[in-house]
Amino acid sequence: MSPLLMADLTVFVLALLVGFEVISKVPATLHTPLMSGANAIHGVVVVGVMLLAADVVTTGGYALLFVAAFGAAMNVAGGYAVTDRMLAMFRSRP
Amino acid sequence: MSAVDTVVHLVYLACATSFVLGLHLMNAPATARRGNRISAAGMAVAIATTAVVLARDGSARSDAVAALVAGAGAGAVAGLIAARRVRMTAMPQLVSLFNAVGGGAAALIALGEPAGGTRAAVTGVLDVLIGAVTFSGSLVASGKLAGRIPGGPIVVPVGRAITALTGVAAVALAVLVVGFDAPSAALYGIAGCALAAGVLLTLPIGGADMPVVISLLNACTGTAVAMAGFVLESTPLIIAGGLVGAAGAILTKLMADAMNRSIGSIIAGGYGTSDAVA
Repeated sequence: MSPLLMADLTVFVLALLVGFEVISKVPATLHTPLMSGANAIHGVVVVGVMLLAADVVTTGGYALLFVAAFGAAMNVAGGYAVTDRMLAMFRSRP
Repeated sequence: MSAVDTVVHLVYLACATSFVLGLHLMNAPATARRGNRISAAGMAVAIATTAVVLARDGSARSDAVAALVAGAGAGAVAGLIAARRVRMTAMPQLVSLFNAVGGGAAALIALGEPAGGTRAAVTGVLDVLIGAVTFSGSLVASGKLAGRIPGGPIVVPVGRAITALTGVAAVALAVLVVGFDAPSAALYGIAGCALAAGVLLTLPIGGADMPVVISLLNACTGTAVAMAGFVLESTPLIIAGGLVGAAGAILTKLMADAMNRSIGSIIAGGYGTSDAVA
Protein backbone atom coordinates (compact mmCIF):
# COMPACT_ATOMS: atom_id res chain seq x y z
CA MET A 1 0.00 0.00 0.00
CA SER A 2 1.50 3.30 -1.07
CA PRO A 3 1.92 6.20 1.38
CA LEU A 4 -0.37 8.27 -0.86
CA LEU A 5 -3.17 5.70 -0.58
CA MET A 6 -2.68 5.53 3.19
CA ALA A 7 -3.00 9.31 3.40
CA ASP A 8 -6.13 9.33 1.21
CA LEU A 9 -7.68 6.51 3.25
CA THR A 10 -6.97 8.40 6.49
CA VAL A 11 -8.59 11.54 5.12
CA PHE A 12 -11.60 9.53 3.94
CA VAL A 13 -12.20 7.83 7.31
CA LEU A 14 -11.79 11.11 9.19
CA ALA A 15 -14.22 12.80 6.77
CA LEU A 16 -16.73 10.02 7.48
CA LEU A 17 -16.35 10.57 11.23
CA VAL A 18 -16.81 14.33 10.84
CA GLY A 19 -19.89 13.64 8.72
CA PHE A 20 -21.38 11.46 11.45
CA GLU A 21 -20.71 14.10 14.11
CA VAL A 22 -21.71 17.25 12.22
CA ILE A 23 -25.37 16.28 12.08
CA SER A 24 -26.83 16.62 15.55
CA LYS A 25 -30.44 16.91 16.65
CA VAL A 26 -32.00 18.49 13.57
CA PRO A 27 -35.61 19.73 13.78
CA ALA A 28 -37.82 17.80 11.34
CA THR A 29 -38.56 20.96 9.33
CA LEU A 30 -34.89 21.10 8.37
CA HIS A 31 -34.61 17.50 7.20
CA THR A 32 -35.37 18.24 3.55
CA PRO A 33 -33.22 21.41 3.30
CA LEU A 34 -30.33 19.59 4.98
CA MET A 35 -30.66 16.70 2.53
CA SER A 36 -30.72 19.22 -0.32
CA GLY A 37 -27.69 21.04 1.09
CA ALA A 38 -25.73 17.80 1.40
CA ASN A 39 -26.82 16.98 -2.15
CA ALA A 40 -25.28 20.26 -3.33
CA ILE A 41 -22.02 19.51 -1.51
CA HIS A 42 -21.49 16.26 -3.37
CA GLY A 43 -21.76 18.43 -6.48
CA VAL A 44 -18.01 18.76 -5.81
CA VAL A 45 -17.92 15.92 -8.34
CA VAL A 46 -17.70 18.77 -10.90
CA VAL A 47 -14.10 19.28 -9.70
CA GLY A 48 -13.46 15.62 -10.48
CA VAL A 49 -14.95 16.00 -13.95
CA MET A 50 -12.65 18.98 -14.56
CA LEU A 51 -9.63 16.87 -13.53
CA LEU A 52 -10.84 14.11 -15.85
CA ALA A 53 -10.67 16.58 -18.76
CA ALA A 54 -6.86 16.41 -18.56
CA ASP A 55 -6.91 12.67 -19.33
CA VAL A 56 -9.47 12.11 -22.10
CA VAL A 57 -8.11 11.84 -25.64
CA THR A 58 -10.79 10.04 -27.68
CA THR A 59 -14.03 11.20 -29.27
CA GLY A 60 -15.96 8.83 -27.03
CA GLY A 61 -14.09 10.31 -24.09
CA TYR A 62 -15.12 13.84 -25.09
CA ALA A 63 -18.77 12.77 -25.33
CA LEU A 64 -18.55 11.12 -21.91
CA LEU A 65 -16.87 14.24 -20.53
CA PHE A 66 -19.66 16.45 -21.90
CA VAL A 67 -22.38 14.32 -20.28
CA ALA A 68 -20.49 14.10 -16.98
CA ALA A 69 -19.87 17.86 -16.96
CA PHE A 70 -23.54 18.51 -17.68
CA GLY A 71 -24.70 16.29 -14.81
CA ALA A 72 -22.14 17.52 -12.31
CA ALA A 73 -22.73 21.21 -13.08
CA MET A 74 -26.51 20.71 -12.88
CA ASN A 75 -26.06 19.00 -9.51
CA VAL A 76 -23.90 21.74 -8.02
CA ALA A 77 -25.59 24.86 -9.42
CA GLY A 78 -29.17 23.63 -9.08
CA GLY A 79 -28.47 22.03 -5.71
CA TYR A 80 -27.30 25.23 -4.03
CA ALA A 81 -29.99 27.34 -5.71
CA VAL A 82 -32.87 25.09 -4.68
CA THR A 83 -31.52 24.78 -1.11
CA ASP A 84 -31.33 28.55 -0.86
CA ARG A 85 -34.94 28.83 -2.03
CA MET A 86 -36.08 26.27 0.53
CA LEU A 87 -34.28 28.09 3.32
CA ALA A 88 -35.67 31.45 2.24
CA MET A 89 -39.03 30.18 3.53
CA PHE A 90 -37.68 30.07 7.08
CA ARG A 91 -37.05 33.81 7.25
CA SER A 92 -40.69 34.88 7.28
CA ARG A 93 -41.55 32.51 10.12
CA PRO A 94 -41.43 33.71 13.74
CA MET B 1 5.94 20.50 -4.12
CA SER B 2 5.97 23.88 -5.83
CA ALA B 3 4.64 27.04 -4.22
CA VAL B 4 1.57 26.98 -6.45
CA ASP B 5 0.80 23.37 -5.47
CA THR B 6 1.04 24.33 -1.82
CA VAL B 7 -1.36 27.23 -2.27
CA VAL B 8 -3.78 24.99 -4.22
CA HIS B 9 -3.76 22.40 -1.43
CA LEU B 10 -4.34 25.03 1.24
CA VAL B 11 -7.23 26.53 -0.75
CA TYR B 12 -8.79 23.07 -1.12
CA LEU B 13 -8.42 22.62 2.64
CA ALA B 14 -10.24 25.91 3.21
CA CYS B 15 -13.02 24.76 0.87
CA ALA B 16 -13.38 21.48 2.77
CA THR B 17 -13.62 23.50 5.99
CA SER B 18 -16.40 25.63 4.52
CA PHE B 19 -18.35 22.46 3.60
CA VAL B 20 -18.13 21.13 7.17
CA LEU B 21 -18.96 24.53 8.65
CA GLY B 22 -21.83 25.03 6.23
CA LEU B 23 -23.32 21.63 6.99
CA HIS B 24 -23.01 22.29 10.71
CA LEU B 25 -24.76 25.67 10.47
CA MET B 26 -27.61 23.98 8.59
CA ASN B 27 -28.57 22.13 11.79
CA ALA B 28 -30.52 25.15 13.09
CA PRO B 29 -33.17 27.22 11.26
CA ALA B 30 -31.62 30.56 12.26
CA THR B 31 -28.24 29.85 10.68
CA ALA B 32 -29.23 27.41 7.93
CA ARG B 33 -29.28 29.85 5.02
CA ARG B 34 -25.91 31.32 5.98
CA GLY B 35 -24.54 27.78 6.22
CA ASN B 36 -25.68 26.96 2.71
CA ARG B 37 -24.11 30.15 1.37
CA ILE B 38 -20.79 29.49 3.11
CA SER B 39 -20.77 26.03 1.58
CA ALA B 40 -21.65 27.48 -1.86
CA ALA B 41 -18.83 30.03 -1.59
CA GLY B 42 -16.40 27.23 -0.77
CA MET B 43 -17.63 25.31 -3.79
CA ALA B 44 -17.18 28.33 -6.09
CA VAL B 45 -13.60 28.75 -4.85
CA ALA B 46 -12.88 25.03 -5.33
CA ILE B 47 -14.16 25.15 -8.93
CA ALA B 48 -12.19 28.34 -9.72
CA THR B 49 -9.04 26.83 -8.20
CA THR B 50 -9.44 23.67 -10.25
CA ALA B 51 -9.86 25.78 -13.40
CA VAL B 52 -6.54 27.49 -12.61
CA VAL B 53 -4.89 24.09 -12.01
CA LEU B 54 -6.21 22.82 -15.32
CA ALA B 55 -5.07 25.91 -17.23
CA ARG B 56 -1.62 25.83 -15.63
CA ASP B 57 -1.19 22.11 -16.21
CA GLY B 58 -2.02 22.58 -19.89
CA SER B 59 -2.26 18.84 -20.65
CA ALA B 60 -5.99 18.95 -21.42
CA ARG B 61 -6.65 18.99 -25.17
CA SER B 62 -8.67 21.85 -26.59
CA ASP B 63 -11.47 19.46 -27.61
CA ALA B 64 -11.69 18.19 -24.04
CA VAL B 65 -11.82 21.74 -22.67
CA ALA B 66 -14.55 22.62 -25.18
CA ALA B 67 -16.60 19.57 -24.16
CA LEU B 68 -16.08 20.40 -20.50
CA VAL B 69 -17.05 24.07 -20.81
CA ALA B 70 -20.06 23.37 -23.05
CA GLY B 71 -21.34 20.57 -20.80
CA ALA B 72 -20.78 22.44 -17.55
CA GLY B 73 -22.31 25.64 -18.92
CA ALA B 74 -25.43 23.92 -20.22
CA GLY B 75 -25.76 21.85 -17.03
CA ALA B 76 -25.40 24.87 -14.74
CA VAL B 77 -28.01 26.85 -16.71
CA ALA B 78 -30.41 23.88 -16.74
CA GLY B 79 -29.93 23.37 -12.99
CA LEU B 80 -30.44 27.05 -12.14
CA ILE B 81 -33.57 27.35 -14.29
CA ALA B 82 -35.04 24.20 -12.78
CA ALA B 83 -34.23 25.41 -9.25
CA ARG B 84 -35.81 28.83 -9.89
CA ARG B 85 -38.99 27.59 -11.54
CA VAL B 86 -39.82 24.55 -9.44
CA ARG B 87 -42.87 24.79 -7.18
CA MET B 88 -42.19 24.48 -3.46
CA THR B 89 -44.09 21.18 -3.30
CA ALA B 90 -42.08 19.72 -6.18
CA MET B 91 -38.66 20.41 -4.62
CA PRO B 92 -37.95 16.91 -3.26
CA GLN B 93 -38.21 15.31 -6.69
CA LEU B 94 -35.94 18.00 -8.14
CA VAL B 95 -33.36 17.28 -5.43
CA SER B 96 -33.63 13.61 -6.38
CA LEU B 97 -33.04 14.53 -10.02
CA PHE B 98 -29.94 16.56 -9.09
CA ASN B 99 -28.80 13.61 -6.98
CA ALA B 100 -29.25 11.31 -9.98
CA VAL B 101 -27.14 13.40 -12.36
CA GLY B 102 -24.47 13.87 -9.67
CA GLY B 103 -24.24 10.12 -9.11
CA GLY B 104 -24.18 9.54 -12.85
CA ALA B 105 -21.30 12.00 -13.23
CA ALA B 106 -19.38 10.21 -10.47
CA ALA B 107 -19.88 6.87 -12.25
CA LEU B 108 -18.78 8.38 -15.58
CA ILE B 109 -15.50 9.56 -14.00
CA ALA B 110 -14.46 5.95 -13.34
CA LEU B 111 -15.61 4.94 -16.84
CA GLY B 112 -13.61 7.75 -18.45
CA GLU B 113 -10.41 7.56 -16.43
CA PRO B 114 -7.88 5.13 -17.91
CA ALA B 115 -7.41 2.36 -15.35
CA GLY B 116 -4.06 2.00 -13.64
CA GLY B 117 -3.26 -0.33 -10.78
CA THR B 118 -5.27 -2.20 -8.18
CA ARG B 119 -6.16 0.92 -6.23
CA ALA B 120 -7.83 2.58 -9.21
CA ALA B 121 -9.52 -0.72 -10.16
CA VAL B 122 -11.06 -1.31 -6.72
CA THR B 123 -12.26 2.26 -6.19
CA GLY B 124 -13.27 2.55 -9.85
CA VAL B 125 -15.50 -0.52 -9.57
CA LEU B 126 -17.08 0.80 -6.36
CA ASP B 127 -17.56 4.22 -7.97
CA VAL B 128 -19.34 2.76 -11.04
CA LEU B 129 -21.42 0.39 -8.92
CA ILE B 130 -22.66 2.94 -6.36
CA GLY B 131 -22.92 5.80 -8.85
CA ALA B 132 -25.01 3.83 -11.35
CA VAL B 133 -27.36 2.44 -8.66
CA THR B 134 -28.01 5.95 -7.35
CA PHE B 135 -28.45 7.33 -10.87
CA SER B 136 -31.26 4.96 -11.86
CA GLY B 137 -32.64 4.69 -8.31
CA SER B 138 -32.89 8.48 -7.91
CA LEU B 139 -34.54 8.84 -11.31
CA VAL B 140 -37.22 6.31 -10.26
CA ALA B 141 -37.63 8.05 -6.88
CA SER B 142 -38.00 11.41 -8.63
CA GLY B 143 -40.49 9.96 -11.10
CA LYS B 144 -42.55 8.47 -8.28
CA LEU B 145 -42.77 11.77 -6.40
CA ALA B 146 -43.61 13.65 -9.59
CA GLY B 147 -46.34 11.14 -10.46
CA ARG B 148 -44.73 10.06 -13.72
CA ILE B 149 -44.37 6.61 -12.16
CA PRO B 150 -47.27 5.32 -9.99
CA GLY B 151 -46.47 6.18 -6.38
CA GLY B 152 -47.56 2.90 -4.87
CA PRO B 153 -45.21 -0.01 -4.31
CA ILE B 154 -44.69 -1.69 -7.68
CA VAL B 155 -43.78 -5.33 -7.18
CA VAL B 156 -41.99 -6.68 -10.22
CA PRO B 157 -42.56 -10.42 -10.72
CA VAL B 158 -39.44 -12.27 -9.57
CA GLY B 159 -37.90 -8.81 -9.14
CA ARG B 160 -35.95 -9.94 -6.09
CA ALA B 161 -34.42 -12.81 -8.02
CA ILE B 162 -33.44 -10.52 -10.89
CA THR B 163 -31.92 -8.01 -8.45
CA ALA B 164 -29.90 -10.79 -6.83
CA LEU B 165 -28.82 -11.98 -10.27
CA THR B 166 -27.60 -8.52 -11.30
CA GLY B 167 -25.75 -8.35 -7.99
CA VAL B 168 -24.01 -11.66 -8.62
CA ALA B 169 -23.14 -10.63 -12.19
CA ALA B 170 -21.75 -7.29 -10.98
CA VAL B 171 -19.61 -9.00 -8.34
CA ALA B 172 -18.30 -11.51 -10.91
CA LEU B 173 -17.37 -8.68 -13.29
CA ALA B 174 -15.80 -6.76 -10.40
CA VAL B 175 -13.58 -9.76 -9.59
CA LEU B 176 -12.56 -9.91 -13.27
CA VAL B 177 -11.69 -6.19 -13.31
CA VAL B 178 -9.77 -6.14 -10.03
CA GLY B 179 -8.11 -9.54 -10.13
CA PHE B 180 -7.60 -10.27 -13.81
CA ASP B 181 -7.26 -6.87 -15.52
CA ALA B 182 -10.41 -7.41 -17.56
CA PRO B 183 -10.92 -4.93 -20.44
CA SER B 184 -12.74 -1.73 -19.60
CA ALA B 185 -15.88 -3.12 -21.26
CA ALA B 186 -16.39 -5.09 -18.02
CA LEU B 187 -16.83 -1.75 -16.21
CA TYR B 188 -19.69 -0.93 -18.57
CA GLY B 189 -21.17 -4.34 -17.76
CA ILE B 190 -21.02 -3.48 -14.06
CA ALA B 191 -22.69 -0.15 -14.83
CA GLY B 192 -25.49 -1.95 -16.69
CA CYS B 193 -26.10 -4.37 -13.81
CA ALA B 194 -26.07 -1.51 -11.31
CA LEU B 195 -28.54 0.55 -13.38
CA ALA B 196 -30.97 -2.39 -13.46
CA ALA B 197 -30.52 -3.02 -9.74
CA GLY B 198 -31.20 0.65 -8.93
CA VAL B 199 -34.55 0.53 -10.75
CA LEU B 200 -35.55 -2.83 -9.26
CA LEU B 201 -34.63 -1.78 -5.73
CA THR B 202 -36.58 1.50 -5.85
CA LEU B 203 -39.77 0.40 -7.68
CA PRO B 204 -41.21 -1.71 -4.79
CA ILE B 205 -40.88 1.19 -2.33
CA GLY B 206 -44.05 3.24 -1.76
CA GLY B 207 -44.18 6.97 -2.51
CA ALA B 208 -44.64 7.91 1.15
CA ASP B 209 -41.22 6.49 1.97
CA MET B 210 -39.52 8.29 -0.93
CA PRO B 211 -38.01 11.21 1.05
CA VAL B 212 -36.08 8.72 3.19
CA VAL B 213 -35.01 6.79 0.08
CA ILE B 214 -33.80 10.00 -1.59
CA SER B 215 -31.77 10.80 1.50
CA LEU B 216 -30.28 7.29 1.44
CA LEU B 217 -29.43 7.60 -2.27
CA ASN B 218 -27.94 11.02 -1.49
CA ALA B 219 -25.59 9.37 1.01
CA CYS B 220 -24.72 6.78 -1.65
CA THR B 221 -23.84 9.50 -4.15
CA GLY B 222 -21.55 11.06 -1.55
CA THR B 223 -19.76 7.73 -1.20
CA ALA B 224 -19.53 7.35 -4.99
CA VAL B 225 -18.00 10.83 -5.23
CA ALA B 226 -15.44 9.88 -2.56
CA MET B 227 -14.57 6.77 -4.62
CA ALA B 228 -14.18 9.00 -7.70
CA GLY B 229 -11.81 11.04 -5.53
CA PHE B 230 -9.71 7.91 -4.93
CA VAL B 231 -9.65 7.16 -8.67
CA LEU B 232 -8.50 10.70 -9.50
CA GLU B 233 -6.36 11.08 -6.34
CA SER B 234 -8.25 14.25 -5.52
CA THR B 235 -8.54 15.17 -1.84
CA PRO B 236 -11.50 17.61 -2.10
CA LEU B 237 -13.63 14.86 -3.65
CA ILE B 238 -12.64 12.38 -0.95
CA ILE B 239 -13.39 14.83 1.87
CA ALA B 240 -16.68 16.23 0.53
CA GLY B 241 -17.84 12.80 -0.64
CA GLY B 242 -17.07 11.12 2.69
CA LEU B 243 -18.68 13.99 4.57
CA VAL B 244 -21.92 13.76 2.60
CA GLY B 245 -21.86 9.96 2.72
CA ALA B 246 -21.78 9.90 6.52
CA ALA B 247 -23.96 12.95 7.14
CA GLY B 248 -26.50 11.61 4.64
CA ALA B 249 -26.58 8.25 6.43
CA ILE B 250 -27.27 9.91 9.80
CA LEU B 251 -29.90 12.15 8.23
CA THR B 252 -31.58 9.10 6.65
CA LYS B 253 -31.79 7.51 10.10
CA LEU B 254 -33.25 10.73 11.59
CA MET B 255 -35.86 10.99 8.81
CA ALA B 256 -36.86 7.34 9.17
CA ASP B 257 -37.15 7.76 12.96
CA ALA B 258 -39.32 10.87 12.50
CA MET B 259 -41.71 8.77 10.40
CA ASN B 260 -41.62 5.83 12.83
CA ARG B 261 -40.21 3.61 10.12
CA SER B 262 -37.10 1.47 10.13
CA ILE B 263 -34.66 1.81 7.24
CA GLY B 264 -34.70 -1.96 6.76
CA SER B 265 -38.44 -2.14 6.27
CA ILE B 266 -38.34 0.86 3.91
CA ILE B 267 -35.78 -0.81 1.65
CA ALA B 268 -37.75 -4.07 1.77
CA GLY B 269 -40.61 -2.10 0.20
CA GLY B 270 -44.22 -3.02 -0.35
CA TYR B 271 -45.47 -0.49 2.19
CA GLY B 272 -48.30 1.98 1.64
CA THR B 273 -50.89 2.52 -1.02
CA SER B 274 -50.79 4.55 -4.18
CA ASP B 275 -50.69 8.18 -3.10
CA ALA B 276 -52.26 11.07 -4.92
CA VAL B 277 -49.17 13.26 -5.23
CA ALA B 278 -49.62 15.39 -8.31
